Amino acid sequence: MEGAVALEGVTKRYGSETVVSDVSLTIPPGEFFTLLGPSGSGKTTTLSMLAGFVTADAGRVMLNGQDMTHVPPRGRGLGMVFQNYAIFPHLDVAENVAFPLSVKGAPKAEIQARVTEALAMVKLTGFERRYARQLSGGQQQRVALARAIVAHPRVVLMDEPLGALDKNLRYHMQVEIKEISRRLGTTVIYVTHDQEEALTMSDRIAIMNHGRIAQMGPPREVYERPDSTFVAAFLGEANLLVARRDGDRFAGPGGMPIQAGVGRVEAAEGRLFVRPEKVSIAGAGAGAGPNSLPGRVRHASFLGNVVRYEVEVAEGALVLCDAANAAGITLHPPGEAVQLSWRAEDSRLLAA
Amino acid sequence: MPIRTQGALLLLLPSLLLLAALFLIPIAWFLFGSMQEFATWSELVEEAEAVLFSGGVGRSLVNTGWIGAVVTLLALVIGYPMSYVLSRARGLAFTAILLCIVLPYFTSTIVRTYAWMVLLGRNGLINQILLGLGIVEEPLQLLYNRLGVVIGMTYVLLPYMVLTLYAAMKAVDHRLLQAAEGMGATPAQVFRRVFVPLTMHGVVAGVLITFILAIGFFVTPALMGGPSDVMIAMLIEREVEITQNWPAAAMMTVVLLAVTLTLYAVYSRFAEPGEAAR
Repeated sequence: MEGAVALEGVTKRYGSETVVSDVSLTIPPGEFFTLLGPSGSGKTTTLSMLAGFVTADAGRVMLNGQDMTHVPPRGRGLGMVFQNYAIFPHLDVAENVAFPLSVKGAPKAEIQARVTEALAMVKLTGFERRYARQLSGGQQQRVALARAIVAHPRVVLMDEPLGALDKNLRYHMQVEIKEISRRLGTTVIYVTHDQEEALTMSDRIAIMNHGRIAQMGPPREVYERPDSTFVAAFLGEANLLVARRDGDRFAGPGGMPIQAGVGRVEAAEGRLFVRPEKVSIAGAGAGAGPNSLPGRVRHASFLGNVVRYEVEVAEGALVLCDAANAAGITLHPPGEAVQLSWRAEDSRLLAA
Repeated sequence: MPIRTQGALLLLLPSLLLLAALFLIPIAWFLFGSMQEFATWSELVEEAEAVLFSGGVGRSLVNTGWIGAVVTLLALVIGYPMSYVLSRARGLAFTAILLCIVLPYFTSTIVRTYAWMVLLGRNGLINQILLGLGIVEEPLQLLYNRLGVVIGMTYVLLPYMVLTLYAAMKAVDHRLLQAAEGMGATPAQVFRRVFVPLTMHGVVAGVLITFILAIGFFVTPALMGGPSDVMIAMLIEREVEITQNWPAAAMMTVVLLAVTLTLYAVYSRFAEPGEAAR
């Protein structure tokens, strides 16, 4: 299976600390797969085990259907984009991009052709004889990208490649990386701590926490149907309201009956999850019922396309509500009494 | 900037005064004093030609350059792997290696040279071991020849080479080495195509500083060398102390000083951190 990647129960310990714990995942050829998590979640160590810089203590690393667990990096045939680019300062752009080919002793003519092609792909034609210190951050990023794809690897690993770029450039490069990977049909394994980046670029995301995969799935699925409060809070804004057991049902703030889309909680207390943009806001008195809470606007921030309300509900709890700034909406000023509501399928009951 | 420069000058003033009083003024006085022996320029040039191209001085200059070059090369060959190990060592190992390299600094060159003489002599430790093991039939002549000078000087100069190389190696970004490995380079390729080029400025600096120090050596060649291993500094000393031909000494001093300062100018150009990348 050219381009397929799999981890089977991979574990890595440093001393008494387990940094990656029993991670399993299967990535089909051509997928753009992101490892997302806070720093220290084990995502970089997981990538290092794929690259071969770190050897797994347990489990297997499979590349292209072959067991690569104990193969050194040079035997894995991967393309790589490193954090801080790792551009060789003593080589010019063309020599940098040629590096993966020249260490394999490829013929000069082939190297020349591939380097030209790779530089054209990242729009750096004409920069061949420059050195890293003569390039901007974005251009260095492109050199790193060209160098990763020059040998036409089936799998490319990227470790926070856009971390050092400013926001505009970042967005630009996100699109470009996605574009190139799609054109080449490369499997990309992408590490980032930026949830927005992960949502924009990925076919699938694995959210890591404390060395484990907390949840894995397509961006929309993990965003809208988180399995845990960690995933809910890590991926964007989330309302996590205290939900208390009341017989075989749960009740929210002020005893509001809850009808959650999914979720089973055995404990006496759980959390009701709902995204701010799924919460509707209306004037006071509009239909009470399940998943509906009266409250008072404490803050209204006008963000342009969205108005963000901070609404104080029963027991002093705060609910965030993002109302799209659509045509003809009424704004609710601070202090106004309002009624919040959401659909059952947009909410989930999660373990606290 | 001006204020900072002023402050720096003030802090450097004591050492500048010391340098002026003990080095610059005496050497200027020595050189100008010697020149005054000549009535005209042509007389001076004539004498300079006579001194510098005389057999003894010429041979000594060649000796000095040759010994300096051999010692520098040896120090580089021995020092490069040593510095590499040092740059990778951590904790106790690092302290231990560093101590081994630096500790001899605290002992005087004369003491260290005599120690080598004990080791290398006809009945010295090395010859006894070689004889005892039956490797050689007769004691090797390790002292009072070119070999002795080279061994002694290499030993004394090694720390300068090692510490200069160490500084360059410590500055190498190890992520670059890992990146090279990840892009398919073998360990030998990582070393040759990334590590060596990235430490090249250290090699140049180490070679220059070692060579500069080597060509001014006096004690070690005087004690460990033979009659044909006369280096220029020994000749200068002889002219000053024994034959009292100060003008000749002055001319040789000028040559040595000029070579040293030229090499130093090259060195300071390379040692600038901004130029490190290339």
